[in-house]
Amino acid sequence: MNLFIDIASWFFFSLGGLVLIVGALGMVRLPDFWSRIHAAGMIDTIGAEFMLVGMMLQSGLTLTTLKLLLIGLFIFIAGPTATHAIANAAWSAGEKPQGLARDDSARFAEGEKA
Amino acid sequence: MTAGTARTIALGAALFGFWLVLSGHFTPFLLLMGVVSSALCVWIVARMEPIDETAVPLGLRPSLLLYWLWLGGEIVKSNIAVARMILARRISLLPRFILVPTSQQSDMGRVIFANSITLTPGTVTVETGGKALLVHALAESFSTSLPDMDRRVTAIEGR
Repeated sequence: MNLFIDIASWFFFSLGGLVLIVGALGMVRLPDFWSRIHAAGMIDTIGAEFMLVGMMLQSGLTLTTLKLLLIGLFIFIAGPTATHAIANAAWSAGEKPQGLARDDSARFAEGEKA
Repeated sequence: MTAGTARTIALGAALFGFWLVLSGHFTPFLLLMGVVSSALCVWIVARMEPIDETAVPLGLRPSLLLYWLWLGGEIVKSNIAVARMILARRISLLPRFILVPTSQQSDMGRVIFANSITLTPGTVTVETGGKALLVHALAESFSTSLPDMDRRVTAIEGR
């Protein structure tokens, strides 16, 4: 049973680590601010959460697991809020992405005025 | 029991539960300290602002947990899609700003929807408005599931 839990927890650690590496690679490879934000999104969603799940499996049914669960919940709520704050700040500052395939932002601005 | 009393009790219980998890000590004296400090917090909050729906959102349905499970699945799926894009030999992006109409009645519902969009990699909420959100998507395939997500969030809103 212990071996089974260890294997499961290392599975999550490896998967989380892989996601973190791919996300970091994306931060470097993607061309501009707007696309890099999505690579960062990978890191703070399943990257961080998979690591936490791995740690929870290691600590078993203890108070530590409950604390890790709370950390996971806070990342789940605070992560996208921070990402939105950064994206919104860039938007307000007039940062425009390159090579847009479609752009509804003018329509959005009009809708807000009406 | 009025809704206000229920909210106050729920806030106190949540604070004490949080204190319990972080402390990990269960001696009577320390437990009493926990009760006192959470009661003090509730009192301060009540003095600062009314304990209303914004402070303690009891209006959400328990099916929020089921929604989170569904959202977890969506997050994993879009993570795989973004990872594919990053690892492709030539990165081909078709980024776009799209208008996503929202059908939620409450601010909390809109926050959950906007945050869910940001949580799934490939889409980020850029600007919020009364009836729609401005969303940046890496490609068209990331935005196709958004109307479905909008419906699901409205369903957990309650009332």
